[in-house]
Amino acid sequence: MSTETENQTATETGGITMRGVTKIFGPEPQAALEMLRAGKSKAEVQAETGHVVGLNDVSLDIAPGQIFVVMGLSGSGKSTLIRHVNRLIEPTAGEIIVDGRDVLTMPLEELRRYRREKVAMVFQKFGLLPHRSVIDNVAYGLEVRGARKGERQDKAAQWIETVGLKGYETSRPRQLSGGQQQRVGLARALAMDTEIVLMDEAFSALDPLIRSGMQDELITLQKSLNKTILFITHDFDEALKIGDRIAVLMDGAVIQEGRPEDIVLNPANEHVEAFVRDVNKARAIHVRSIMERGEVEPCEMAVPDTARCEDVLPLFAEHQWVGVNDGAGQQIGRVTAKQVIKALARHTPAA
Amino acid sequence: MFPEIIDTNPLRNAIDDGLNWVVRNWGDGFTAAAKPLLDFLNLVQHLLLATPWWLIFVILAGIAWLATRRWQLPVVVVVALLFLGVMDLWEDAMVTTALMITATLTTIVIGLPLGIIMARWARVRHVLTPILDLMQTLPSFVYLIPAVMIFGPGKIPALLATIVYAAPPLVRLTDLGIRQVDPAVMEASRAFGTNPTQRLFGVQIPLAFPTILAGINQTTMMALAMVVIASMIGAGGLGYQVLQGIGRLEVSRGLFAGLGIVALAIIFDRITQAYGRRLQGRIGIAEAR
Repeated sequence: MSTETENQTATETGGITMRGVTKIFGPEPQAALEMLRAGKSKAEVQAETGHVVGLNDVSLDIAPGQIFVVMGLSGSGKSTLIRHVNRLIEPTAGEIIVDGRDVLTMPLEELRRYRREKVAMVFQKFGLLPHRSVIDNVAYGLEVRGARKGERQDKAAQWIETVGLKGYETSRPRQLSGGQQQRVGLARALAMDTEIVLMDEAFSALDPLIRSGMQDELITLQKSLNKTILFITHDFDEALKIGDRIAVLMDGAVIQEGRPEDIVLNPANEHVEAFVRDVNKARAIHVRSIMERGEVEPCEMAVPDTARCEDVLPLFAEHQWVGVNDGAGQQIGRVTAKQVIKALARHTPAA
Repeated sequence: MFPEIIDTNPLRNAIDDGLNWVVRNWGDGFTAAAKPLLDFLNLVQHLLLATPWWLIFVILAGIAWLATRRWQLPVVVVVALLFLGVMDLWEDAMVTTALMITATLTTIVIGLPLGIIMARWARVRHVLTPILDLMQTLPSFVYLIPAVMIFGPGKIPALLATIVYAAPPLVRLTDLGIRQVDPAVMEASRAFGTNPTQRLFGVQIPLAFPTILAGINQTTMMALAMVVIASMIGAGGLGYQVLQGIGRLEVSRGLFAGLGIVALAIIFDRITQAYGRRLQGRIGIAEAR
């Protein structure tokens, strides 16, 4: 980790920089921390001291305006990780820099102000207040922040409409379905209008169809909101669908971090490989990473450089070549059906 | 026989002498300190006795209707009150009700904060739990006699004994209700930057309220269970009628006064329970209908 990147990301507003974040659960974490730093593994530390290593020296740079997905199986420490960003869990070591301040050493009053103004959170179990109506739930964060009643009710009503719950303002959370309840959770977080939104397995408790719809909605919303979203999931397909970048967590340590296609095309080890095996690669791989670059004659059909393999596949029914345009509409390369098929097949194991 | 290891007589004498000393030197002080409580009890009793009987019918039946929005509970309340009136137990019932209401309100004022403190600090819980056990299991005469010695027979020792006996369930259930609040909701509240006071009043107490109400219900029931004992030391009311019935071998007098206590218990139990159910339904702890 060069100090250059650290300074760069730390000065941009809305980004999150984590350095050596470590969490050890148990009565004497410092002793266990020494062992961990001496190079012992999570299993060894647990066997010798009974302390559980939740996070092991996690360093990540999360750029502003990104959907950054942390991916891992249960027990990998991903929920612990996200709870360090707003310090719902106290760290053992490390720092998390947001807007030039280290969250992990903030005094309590400043931490509460930071939670009220800088980060909002969406929970897997929704965490709605059952005794409040939908609109009062959505307005909760604003109320804690001290917004006037009229202002917070207006904002809450607006967000309820945005997430498609108009007409449910006076309902109680328990009268809603799971998907609707999570919409309330999402509206409650977005109504805060914070630079950072933390989403802890936000869609994991929902039915597949509703989950897919919520993912699409999040992507659409993000286009206009441009927030820094830290998204936790155990579902690799979900990570590929919404993530600008993905970090894979195992035993509390980051084992790979990169763009979705980097992880799909070049898994760092067998553990990541195992994730990748069953994944929909057509969704993960961008055409720009496999295209033939350079000056070619303009193609009849072209896609933007954000397109993925699944977007171009249907086009090959009619066209032999599909062009790839950059943001300005200038063609920067082209792909054939053959190249796409090759890319999709490359990492499929023989078995 | 168990061998005598130490002579316990000096200890016994010390306790007895100590109590006598307290009675002689501090008795008046204690009585003066308990005066506000006695004034409050007398005020409640005076209010209940000054209220015309039909107004009490209307108020209690009205509360019962508000709690359930059905006609059954108000009918039960009216029948129970009619029984008290017809059997010539009205005045005694009001005296007993005043004692119960005063004891319950005092218990709420003391027990609610105590339960909240217990829920927050495990250390306090470890200290208070055995004390609450003691309050519930120690035969009430054991602390009734010293109380009578200090305050003299009358309403104050009766009230104190009732409070000691009736407070533990409220304290316990407040503690339990607050600790049982869904940790996911508490975490969400924390994530939005609330401080402990905001969480206590905005999340914990509202969500624990049905459980707290169950505690209040228990307290009213236990306070009514104490009225016979309380009347032995001069609290009057229905308990006194029971005692007289026993003393004169008038089975009917004891029976009707006893049934009068049951009638009061039914009224207050059903009303507080109905409010608890209503609240639970509103918060969504009860199953969706």
